[in-house]
Amino acid sequence: MTDILAITDHRRGELRDVSYEIITAGRQLANETGGDLHLAVISGTVDEFAEKLNREGVDAIHTVDHGEEFNHDVYAQAITQLYDELAPQYVLAPNSVNGLDYAPAVATRLELPIVTDTIDLATDGETLIATREMYGGKVETTTELEGSAVATIRSAEWPQAEGTGDAAIEAFDAAIDEDAIGSTVNGFEEIGGGDVDISEADVLVSVGRGIEEEDNLPLIEELADALGATVSSSRPIVDNGWLPKNRQVGQSGKVVTPDVYIAIGISGAVQHVAGMKGSDTIVAINTDPNAPIMDIADYAIVDDLFDVVPALTEEFQ
Amino acid sequence: MRILVPVKEVATVEDEFEIDGTEIAEQYLGADLNEWDDYAIEEAVQLREDGVADEVVTVTIGPEECEQTIRQALAKGADRAVRIWDDALEGVDLLDVGAKTEILSAVVEEEDPDLVLTGVQAGDDSFGATGVSVAENLSYQWGAVVNHLEHDFEGGIASVHRELEGGVEELTDIELPAVLTIQTGINEPRYASLRGIRQAQQKPLDVQNLAELGIDEGAIESELELTDMYEPESESDVTTWEGSSDETAGQLAEMLRDKGVAQ
Ligand SMILES: Cc1cc2nc3c(=O)[nH]c(=O)nc-3n(C[C@H](O)[C@H](O)[C@H](O)COP(=O)(O)OP(=O)(O)OC[C@H]3O[C@@H](n4cnc5c(N)ncnc54)[C@H](O)[C@@H]3O)c2cc1C
Repeated sequence: MTDILAITDHRRGELRDVSYEIITAGRQLANETGGDLHLAVISGTVDEFAEKLNREGVDAIHTVDHGEEFNHDVYAQAITQLYDELAPQYVLAPNSVNGLDYAPAVATRLELPIVTDTIDLATDGETLIATREMYGGKVETTTELEGSAVATIRSAEWPQAEGTGDAAIEAFDAAIDEDAIGSTVNGFEEIGGGDVDISEADVLVSVGRGIEEEDNLPLIEELADALGATVSSSRPIVDNGWLPKNRQVGQSGKVVTPDVYIAIGISGAVQHVAGMKGSDTIVAINTDPNAPIMDIADYAIVDDLFDVVPALTEEFQ
Repeated sequence: MRILVPVKEVATVEDEFEIDGTEIAEQYLGADLNEWDDYAIEEAVQLREDGVADEVVTVTIGPEECEQTIRQALAKGADRAVRIWDDALEGVDLLDVGAKTEILSAVVEEEDPDLVLTGVQAGDDSFGATGVSVAENLSYQWGAVVNHLEHDFEGGIASVHRELEGGVEELTDIELPAVLTIQTGINEPRYASLRGIRQAQQKPLDVQNLAELGIDEGAIESELELTDMYEPESESDVTTWEGSSDETAGQLAEMLRDKGVAQ
């Protein structure tokens, strides 16, 4: 039997979108072999979460009522015990920051192979075929492995499950060994605030590592001024301290949905794209015709930003 | 306190490239120090400069060619390096998390560090799983995606910030010994100084094979098999403007005006 155990994600009282996406991914694998889809929801208001997760295609939901927020030791213990009880073929987890904090430990504890950040999965019951990217999204690969495995799924790759299901919701009495908990979560901190809210802007001129040096940033600011636009950036610009953290677009930054997003010298790594793919019109200015940003851009100029940007600014002055 | 920093030399790809079977054809590949590891090295070296750590050791799985990258880490201030290589690793096209865990665990056991600082992920195969896997394998504590680390370690605790999605950080205390996977932005990695580069040539670089580490060849057999590699399909119908920079800028300007930008 090819049963699937999928782990859901939540934070500060709310289920995260990937929790509904993982239902779709899990159901798809279970359908391919006629297995059952089990969900686990660990910590927090598990009963409330379980009701929301009871969507079409879910066979059982196992709630582990222990603690308010995510703790990787609690997750690792609960998941390994669920695995022993349910003997699923595959354990699916989100490739979220929390998924990255427990999934490898679960795989190691269960002596299973792990394949992370998958964007597609298929199985014939024996072999798992995982599609994933390498080299920052420049190529896609398929990877195969035999037998049981842990796989993490990239967010927003599978649609969210809908409808109402008739899953059996059961409390799972995990024996959590408190002595084995070596880390304590003390709280959360919001980063950002500051001068502007890039998520409110209609037009964003966004700058990436292609700009090379802080001294070149005025080039981008002049363009933004000429267009009446706001300046945002990819992560390296913020890491370098050239722009404040509230300007960062992406998974760990802000999600933006402007009418026009101009990506200048930005490759389009998945964590960046996560923050801007909802933009109405995406323009890429990049010397690399194969940069992943080209796959989601509506318009592109394959050229040196140091030539194109001043010419564009001049058009509007 | 001793800190171990696993350092990877990652493959980089040129803008234009060709795929040869399940690999990128060699002439389009370059090599570089993994971006995330650079921040891990910096954090470790700062801990030594702060007098918290006594020694920073790097470990790399890789052939002799990657010694240039190891020297880069030594030039930035690591004290000595370990390189692991073996004929058995020569033909493996995808060294999976399990195999890397076996090898790095053996080195951690040998070195017995209080802290292991790895990068969050490697820029080439980006599994993002090895650090946590090594921690679990050796019963070390761990924290993934760390973007701030307090340097006082009061009571044998590492106080860290984990960078979650959407501009939220988690404040977590982790008992030592621990493995932390380091996110970019935690510090400002230094460039190697000329003096550092000169000194790096004199620093010890110890090479070991699997047998010397007490690892059986069978233990590092990859359970994952790379079966295909191709260029991703485009999701959008991108209009690529052609011509001189002035011409393409003109076309973009026209599109922007049509959309009512700057009016
Ligand atoms: C857990 C995690 C969270 C992350 N969160 C985020 C996030 O929120 N936001 C984010 O952006 N990243 C995030 N990242 C980092 C992400 O993986 C990439 O490293 C980053 O987005 C790369 O930024 P970039 O595109 O500016 O740089 P690069 O990938 O280095 O790309 C630079 C681009 O500029 C082009 N270029 C170079 N010179 C020129 C020129 N003269 N003219 C035109 N083009 C040129 C190059 O062809 C290249 O495509 C995260 C990573 C991890 C692991």
